[in-house]
Parts: sequence; C-alpha cells; structure tokens
Amino acid sequence: MNKISPIQSIGIPKPLVDGPEKATGKAMFAADFQATDATVGRILRSPVAHANIISIDTSQAEALPGVLAVVTEADCADGYGVLPIAMNEWALARHRVRYRGEPVAAVAAMDVATAQRALDLIDVVYEELPAYFTADEARAEGALDLHDDKPGNIEREVEFDLGDVDAGMAKADLVREVDFHCAEVCQAQMEPHAAFAEYDAARERLTIRPSTQVPFYVHKMLARTMGMSESHIRVIKPHIGGGFGCRTETLQSDLIAGLLARKARGTVKVVLSREETFITHRGRPESHIKMKVGMTKDGTITAVDFTAQQRGGAYSGYGIVTILYAGSLIYGIYDIVSARFQGYRVLTNTPPCGAFRGHGTVKTRFAFENLIDGMATELGLDPFAVRRANLLVAPTMTENDLLVNSYGLDQCLDWVEKASGWKQRKGKLGPNKGLGMACSHYISGASKPKHWTGEPHATIHLRVDWDASITLLTGAAEIGQGSSTVMAQCVAETLGVDMGRIRVIAADSALTPKDNGSYSSRVTFMVGNASIDAAQNLKALLIEAAARKLEIAPEDVECLGEVYRGGQQDQGLTFEEVVMEALKGEGTLAVKGIYDTIPESWGGRKYRGAAIGGTMAFSYAAQVVEVTVDPDTAEITVDKVWVAHDCGKALNPLAVEGQVQGSVWMGLGQAMSEETRFHDGLPLHANMLDYRVPTIVESPPIEVGIIEANDPHGPFGAKEAGEGSLTGFLPALTNAVADAMGVRATALPLTPDRLLELLEKKARDERVSANASGKVA
Amino acid sequence: MKSTLSLTVNGVTRDDVVPDNLLLVDYLRDKAGLTGTKIGCDGGECGACTVLIDGRPRHACLTLAATCQNAKVETVDGLSRDGRLTAIQRGFHEKLGSQCGFCTPGMIMASEALLRRNPDPSEADIRDALAANICRCTGYVKIIEAVQFAARERTA
Repeated sequence: MNKISPIQSIGIPKPLVDGPEKATGKAMFAADFQATDATVGRILRSPVAHANIISIDTSQAEALPGVLAVVTEADCADGYGVLPIAMNEWALARHRVRYRGEPVAAVAAMDVATAQRALDLIDVVYEELPAYFTADEARAEGALDLHDDKPGNIEREVEFDLGDVDAGMAKADLVREVDFHCAEVCQAQMEPHAAFAEYDAARERLTIRPSTQVPFYVHKMLARTMGMSESHIRVIKPHIGGGFGCRTETLQSDLIAGLLARKARGTVKVVLSREETFITHRGRPESHIKMKVGMTKDGTITAVDFTAQQRGGAYSGYGIVTILYAGSLIYGIYDIVSARFQGYRVLTNTPPCGAFRGHGTVKTRFAFENLIDGMATELGLDPFAVRRANLLVAPTMTENDLLVNSYGLDQCLDWVEKASGWKQRKGKLGPNKGLGMACSHYISGASKPKHWTGEPHATIHLRVDWDASITLLTGAAEIGQGSSTVMAQCVAETLGVDMGRIRVIAADSALTPKDNGSYSSRVTFMVGNASIDAAQNLKALLIEAAARKLEIAPEDVECLGEVYRGGQQDQGLTFEEVVMEALKGEGTLAVKGIYDTIPESWGGRKYRGAAIGGTMAFSYAAQVVEVTVDPDTAEITVDKVWVAHDCGKALNPLAVEGQVQGSVWMGLGQAMSEETRFHDGLPLHANMLDYRVPTIVESPPIEVGIIEANDPHGPFGAKEAGEGSLTGFLPALTNAVADAMGVRATALPLTPDRLLELLEKKARDERVSANASGKVA
Repeated sequence: MKSTLSLTVNGVTRDDVVPDNLLLVDYLRDKAGLTGTKIGCDGGECGACTVLIDGRPRHACLTLAATCQNAKVETVDGLSRDGRLTAIQRGFHEKLGSQCGFCTPGMIMASEALLRRNPDPSEADIRDALAANICRCTGYVKIIEAVQFAARERTA
C-alpha cells in the first residue's frame, strides 16, 4: 500500500488565495465597479474649521440639469459613531462644522463636471467660531466646547494607580522623567476611499460595496443614518487597498454613497481624491507623553508614572479606546509591579483621529523604550540586560488583570541579539554609526467586542455539495493581510485535504455570517479558531458517513484527508465517495463553527475602562536597528533591521514575514518622515509627496526571525502577526541614533532638521563646557 | 475639443473619439473598461497608474490620451499569456510582493519595463526602477524579491 497521510497546510509558506487576481488586474476594488447608469457622487466640504451653519440652500444645485440628488443632514435619520457610547458624528454636518473639510452636503450627477458645478451652486452660510488646533488650546481656560456634552473639550480622562508607585520610585537607584512629543500620522493606504452604491428603487433596498475593514459596522451605521431596516441593506466587501485602521470605523463617504443612491433612486459611485482621503483621516493622534521610570542598579523597573495627552480631532471616533490602550498596555510585556497613569483625550478642530495599526500603544511604548534605553546607558547596563531583568513568566495575570498565557519575548531578544551581531558589533561600528534595540507587543484581538450582544466572537459556515468542493463562508474582511488564506489553511489542515478544495467567500452580508471585521489583529485568532471548529464539525459528519459505508464503527475510521479507511489493508474511500455517502438522505452539507473568548481574558475592573487591553494572547517582538548618520546634513540612513516576532505558531510563514516587514517599515515612516501638519486647520500634507511615505530607495533590508511561543488558546497555537512589530521600530531608531551620535531624540518624526538641531545643541554644549574647563585650568 | 485617437491597447487596435483633456488613465479605465490600472493619488505622486507606452513606463495619470496617437499602450490587464501568469506576475504572487494589491499593477508594469531593458538587474537597479512607485503594505522587501524571482525565471 502506498503511504497515505493527511495533507499539511499549516506552517507552510502559502501565497495568498486571492493573489492571482491582484497580479492580473482582475481584483475589483470599489472604484473599479462600473454601471451604465452609474452617477457620480461628490461631497461639499466645510471651508472653515469651526462654525455654526446658519443655512444651507441647495435649490439652485437641485435645479441644475444632470443633477439627480442633493443630500444634507436633513436626509440623515440619526448620527453615528463606532463606539456605542460616543456616537456624535453625522454623515453630513448637522448645525455646526468642527473641522476644515467636514462634509456638509453631497450631490449625485450625470458626470464629474456637472457634480462639481452643482457643489458650487450650494449656498452655505456659516457663522465662524473660535477654533483650536492643538490639545493645549482646546483645554485652555475659557475655550468654547466643541460638543455640549464634553466640557473642557475632554473626550475622556483616564486614571489608574496600581501597586505602590511612590514606594517603587523610592526604592529605585535611578529615577528619570522625560517629555516626549510625537506627531500625528496618517495611514495613507494606497487606495483612496470609495463606495459603489446601488439602490433598488422598486424594492427600496440598498446594495453597497464600500472600501472598508468593517462591513458589519458599515451595515449597522447605514441602517441608522438612512433610517432603513438592516434587513434591506446588503454590504459586499470588494478588494480593499489597505486599511491599517482608518477603515475600522464607518466613514462618511460610505454613508453618503448610500444616502445619494437612495435619493437618486439608482446607482452612485463616490470616489474620494487623495486630498479628501487625507482629510477623512482617522490616523494616530499627536501625543504628548510624560514618562517617569524608576530602576535599580541591575535594571529592574520598580515603578512607572506617566501621562498622555492626545489631540483627538473633532469627533469621538475610537478616541476613548485609544487613550485607554495608551495606559493599559504599559502592562503585558514586562513585569511591571506598580504604575500610575493619567490620560486625556482632547477634542480639537482637526480631522478626527482613529485606530492606526498598533492602536494606542505606539507612542507610550516609544516613550518607555526610549527612556529605559537612556537609563541603561546611565547605569552602564546593556539594553538587552535591562529587558531581560524585567521579563514576565507565563502563564500570569498582569497587575491590571491582563491574561498572559504564552510569552516568547526572551526568545525574540536572543534571536535579534545573535542575528544582528550585537555583542560583537555594538560600539565598534565606527563614527556616526550606531545600533539600537527595543521591544513591543500587541493584542490578538480585543476579547470583549464593542457591540456586546451575546453572540459568539466569530462564526464560520462550511458548505459541501455533490461536487465535493468545500465553500468557506466568512464575514471576515480580507484587506490584503491574508485572512482568507489563513482560514482556508485552518480548514484544510483540520480535514487534511488539499487547500485547492476550498473556495473562500468573504464578507457579503447576504451570504456570509456576521463578523466584527478586521481590526485589533483579531481575525487569525478568533476566526481561525472558528474555522477549526467548523472543520472539526464537518469532519465528524464525514467520519460518520465513512463508517456507514465501510460498515465499521466511527472510532475505527482512519481519516487521512483525501482518503478515509478502516485500516492499513483497506483501500478506503476517496473524499468524493465519503461526501456522496454523507449527502444521502441529508442533501448539501452545511456546518458551522464558532469561537468565543474566555471571561478570564476580558480585562480587569480595577479602574474605569480597564477592560480595554484584555485579549486572549499577546504577540511579542524585539528589533535591532543599524543606522548611519551624515554628521553634516543629519540625514539618517537605516542600514538594516533585524526583527524577531513571537506570533505563536506561524500558520503562514510567508504572510507572517510580509506582515512583520510591513509593520517595521510603517514604523520607520512614522519615526523618520511622516507627519500631518495644519495651518489654521488646513492640511499642508494632503498628498503623497508632502506626506513623506518612505520610497523603495530609502527602505532598508528587514530580516525577520519568527518565534513560535505557541498559545494554548490560539488556532494551532497562533497569535497576532500584523501589528506588534511596528511599535518597536520608533524607539529602536532613536536608540540607534543615540548610540551613533550621543544625542537622544524625544520628538518624532526624527527628520534631518530635528536631528540637526540636537547635534548643534550638543556641539554648542561641548564648546561651552570646553571653554569653562579651559578657564578653570 | 475632441479628436479621434487610434492606438493599440494590449495588442488590440482601437479608434475612439476622446476629449483633448482626457487623461490616459481615465481613457483606459472608463472608455476601454480596463480597470487594472489604479488611481492612488491626485496626480503623479504614487505610481499606481504606471503603464507602458511604447515599452516605457509612464504615469497614465500624467499623460493625455490624445498624446498616445499610434502608440502601443500596455497595461497589467493584458500581461498574462494564454491565461497564464507571466514571470513578473508569478513573482508578485508567489513571493508575496503583493499584499493589498492596489499598487501591484503599477509595480508590475514598472518592473516589466525594467526586466525588458535589463534582464539581470542588481538590487540597486530594482530600487531605482521602482523609485516612483509607493507601496504601503510590504516595506518593499518582498517586492525586490519578486522582481529578482522574475529575472531568474525569465532567463532560465
């Protein structure tokens, strides 16, 4: 007999199941949909940063030939927002505009030129109000409140004080406190926002294809804004050109497309320009972090005391969650025995911020890893030794009740230390060259969903019919991260069948089960586990059918994936034969798999909002960055990055590498060049030239080490791979520059002009002290 | 003003009446129905619309369709041969040079142009040839590997 064994799909590098479409131009993104009757949707935006709307007159626009619909807030049934406790945004501004570029009205017309003329004909009368472009201005005494229910323009104040921070500081041999400033940054995903909306006027039903990471949230918010039954809306997620978090909440363009399509009684395509995509924003807020750490001579951290102030923009969005993460995830990576945090999320007259890859954790981690690196230098300790002195031992619960069941940070440290040649090379690279390192971590999905309904966290359907193909139906949004591939792998591995048998249909509300969406690195963990559950349920049916056909007991059936048999001498049944047997008297097989998190992972109750941070598993990462600095121009070249990421079992090592490289590189942009800037609320960066995304020319080689500290609850042991590595780059870069040049940057991005200022100050200080010591001598 | 444009797109001869101010990218997407070519910016910033005009990589968003009279235009939509992925397409697929896929058509066409004029490019050549194309997913590491894979495949 030939040796037959189940086919392996997990742990093998797999190109993405939807890769050929992307390489041939066949992949359909929202803007690629066409229809002969499709009209053009365009948005009128506020020219002022803060004003009462006195009146909107759309009569002339409506009268223009070729205009099919004009909509304003009067067409909206309700406001919306991603957090049920903070829905203070409207698809079109209601009575007041709060940032420059906020949508005020929209038109659908036969062509672009007519739509543009119609926008010009809309007459809006504004009464300007004082506007605040920084968090400090908005919090100043006497500032006007942007929202009546948010006094002092504080969206949310967060406080916790866990353990005995004062005693911890007293016990320390070294206490240091430093202010850090980080610029606001934007996701700048390659695909500008777009939505293709078709309204079936005969049935009063809407079908929409929005560029979103969260089709389910868009579905809910469309129903709310349009005052429609949720059952009359179908949301189909097309191919998505990246997201990185800006599409983890419903965007106005999604809602406006729906409103216009209904009013035009037909099909409307809304495609935002790059400038409008920047204005829609939802990026990472400008932050001021004050970080104080106590450390003993051997590097043990005794206490952390820190504050964070975030400029949140004009509406709530994810703001409450962002400021909570900025505090809670000080825990979960090192053994922190006491920590005190005060955080302020501030409302300002700038475009709303949102959830950007590494949500909430990035700037806190930058401040912390930067500060302890400097403290290590002061204490004469190796940066690796400081990290190793503070490792957690899994399984454990952190002081703020976060569950840590698996922990590979120690292995990450070992890997990057060796791969980078740290021990041999540190301090020996020559002038203007340096090595820096840092660590980071991230959640594998928030354990408690924002919309708590009692449903399982994830649901998967599998369908098998007479042709013996397996159709996997998932609501999870494939956005380029490879989620559809990972699900197909999980099902194929569990059944032992060839992945080619599996067809994935993702995110069509008429066909696929509900899913919360692609954010907080939840999909591999939650939906992967649900996929395994579904495949196990299917396998049980198939084994029963095989047992019937072979006339043996189910427990005696040997399942080899493509063959089911009674023993080695048995020729067995093919997968097709087993399926045919299973269909007898049953018809098409339809099985379900679900996954839910365990209550221990839901985070704590020690302070208000302590549930934010709760997750089933953390990923861990360490990285070493090598830089060369031009001493005259202060231009930094990143020569190489070594990064180790503990993602538990790497289900698809190819995609893990891609995610980790992409994360590190995105951190590089934020650390070195990316920054949004405003003049009186007008964005100065709203194109891909002024918003400096690194090009291929200045992007370094990134060597990835995959560390597999399997999590007991992860699908085959897997944890997140797509966010955790971003954060570490920022401090690793400033630490490397400190090593190279002897100056420690505390403001990002570290552009040549910022670094030059630090270098000139250092040179001045050295001259002054040389002169002073000269006089003494 | 409008004029008649005669050209070949992916080997097919076309005659269309086009406005003089029509951009090539809009002509390709809206008139010819070839939506493989993407628009990622407001003009000349990102490279997602890169196509080949007479074999040279060009931004279709900075090119007037009317200037392509008698030209040979190639887009990602026409690259496959007999339904099979070509070497550069396989490179981007198999080596994960493509994640979300939005920059991929432009990246592939710029790479194709490079490999036609330089079958054995160095890493520096690849970086130089793709300097006008932004990718936001990959950090470019696997894009370089994809092009190197394709170069090996084409000469094998």
